[in-house]
Amino acid sequence: MTVPRPFDDVPTRRPFPPPGVTASLARMWRALLNRTVSLLAALVVASVVIFGMLQAVPGDPAAFMLGLNAQPDTVAALRAELGLEGSLVARYLAWTGGMLTGDFGTSYTYRVPVAGLIADRIGVSAPLAAYALLLTLVIAVPAGLLAASRRGGVADWGVMGATQLGLAVPNFWFAMLLVLVFAVSLGWASAGGFPGWSDPVAAIGALTLPAIALALPQASILARVLRSALLDTLDADYIRTARAKGLSRRATVLRHALRNAAISVLTILGLQFSFLLAGAIIIENVFFLPGLGRLIFQGITQRDLIVVQSVTMLLVFAVIAVTFAVELAYTLADPRLRRR
Amino acid sequence: MSWAFRIGALLAGLAVLAAGVGLVWLPYDTASVNIAERTLGPSLAHPLGTDHFGRDMVSMLMAGARTSIAVALVAVGIGMGAGVPLGLLAAARRGGWVDEVVMRGNDLIFAFPSLVIAILITAVFGPSAVNAILAIGIFNIPVFARVARGGALPLWTLDYVMAARVAGKNAGRISVEHILPNIANLLIVQATIQFSLGILAEAALSYVGLGAQPPTASWGRMLADAQTMIYTEPQLAILPGLAIVATVLGLNLLGDGLRDMLDPRLRRVRM
Repeated sequence: MTVPRPFDDVPTRRPFPPPGVTASLARMWRALLNRTVSLLAALVVASVVIFGMLQAVPGDPAAFMLGLNAQPDTVAALRAELGLEGSLVARYLAWTGGMLTGDFGTSYTYRVPVAGLIADRIGVSAPLAAYALLLTLVIAVPAGLLAASRRGGVADWGVMGATQLGLAVPNFWFAMLLVLVFAVSLGWASAGGFPGWSDPVAAIGALTLPAIALALPQASILARVLRSALLDTLDADYIRTARAKGLSRRATVLRHALRNAAISVLTILGLQFSFLLAGAIIIENVFFLPGLGRLIFQGITQRDLIVVQSVTMLLVFAVIAVTFAVELAYTLADPRLRRR
Repeated sequence: MSWAFRIGALLAGLAVLAAGVGLVWLPYDTASVNIAERTLGPSLAHPLGTDHFGRDMVSMLMAGARTSIAVALVAVGIGMGAGVPLGLLAAARRGGWVDEVVMRGNDLIFAFPSLVIAILITAVFGPSAVNAILAIGIFNIPVFARVARGGALPLWTLDYVMAARVAGKNAGRISVEHILPNIANLLIVQATIQFSLGILAEAALSYVGLGAQPPTASWGRMLADAQTMIYTEPQLAILPGLAIVATVLGLNLLGDGLRDMLDPRLRRVRM
């Protein structure tokens, strides 16, 4: 019988990384893989749906472009030029394959690459969406903080009432009201149009009213989400602990509650991106801004279907990619999701 | 009853009343043009004045209410009609391939920017109220499927469902007879929310010219027409917008109030 010696039970070489960490990393990788697969599936389905829908449009774009008196062989030549020949599958593969390499097709109306049209317009739409997102945060975070920290008080009622109204106002109508007040009555801003980025101050000025109009409903949603997320965390034990150890109310909210409420804010912001994009399409029409939204509508009215198809796919891609990025961010950030 | 519920019921009731009356009677014809009486101010004959075609604004707003409410209502019907059975089925077959397919399909539809796709649908199949209904309705399906499944899952573990199974009822009958009545509250609240979102979506689609086509009056269309006259006739841009805000606000307050009334637990957590 061997007598156990001291330290016998202590392994001389500890496995690295520890078993728990390996398993948790493996779970995280599996989660990432899952999300990536669903991202790709969503993109494939989206492209098939968009492509399929535009195939269902009656009429031949080539014949439409050339008018009633076109010779059949001219139409055929144009069809070949526009890439309208070949089977459905071949055309789908050509379209998606082209997009992967930055070739979005050739516009039926302008006879220029769609990628070029998009590049021109994205310089309006992307800054507009970013500006609106910034304003959303600037309005919603203080409002949500105020409402949650004065729970049940006058400020809370004020914020809740204002956001209830903000949820009900269509952003394009709010945009018209802004034009009415700031452009028509006060003359502070132009009622529409875009001067181009050669004059950045004027450009930002032209985007200000549209960005406010876009931000208002989104800020209403976000302020309400932030308020209820803060209220939920403020009831938690660690908040009481923080207060008990002598931290001020303000510091507790800012340092502990806000950080934990940030997860739900991030989720909603990700979702809101989709609404900002769609909203931008409509707002661009109110302010006559030459962005992607105007491009889609021009494409629709001019039957420039390849433009509609490619721009829609780009927007869908942007939304799906942002959703994916948000999910990825909290798979990486939230240890609880990793463990699942 | 909370004040929010009462205000909501009042506003939403007004809109529904205007639409209902508008179905059978309008003060003036909204399809005929009367240029001699264009852009009149308020008067006894026309309490809210007339628009740029000389049409009575009260009649136009009532006809617009009719369109908006009809579109949103049918879109909610599509969402419930297809979404609720799918959600119940997914819950009954929890973890099975049916559940997987339904939920993955939902995730996919959720991933799409709904208004962009709605614009695409109406653009491809031609602008009309029917296509607007379809475009809005399709995006209601995953919402109701998710709510129905989420509400049904915890019910499946309860004793009375077990008793029904022991009594030999199949999953379909249990879903309809025991699960559905118990998730009705959830569905009604969700329907109110989707109804108000539907009205906003309809307004946006008809504003960009992809909703109901003239001569059918719609609030969004009225706003689009008024936009070019905003310098001279701002009231034409303000009235339809107020109608939209009042209806949507009413439905939102109604939904919140209903949720609080039907589920007191939520009220305690939120306020």
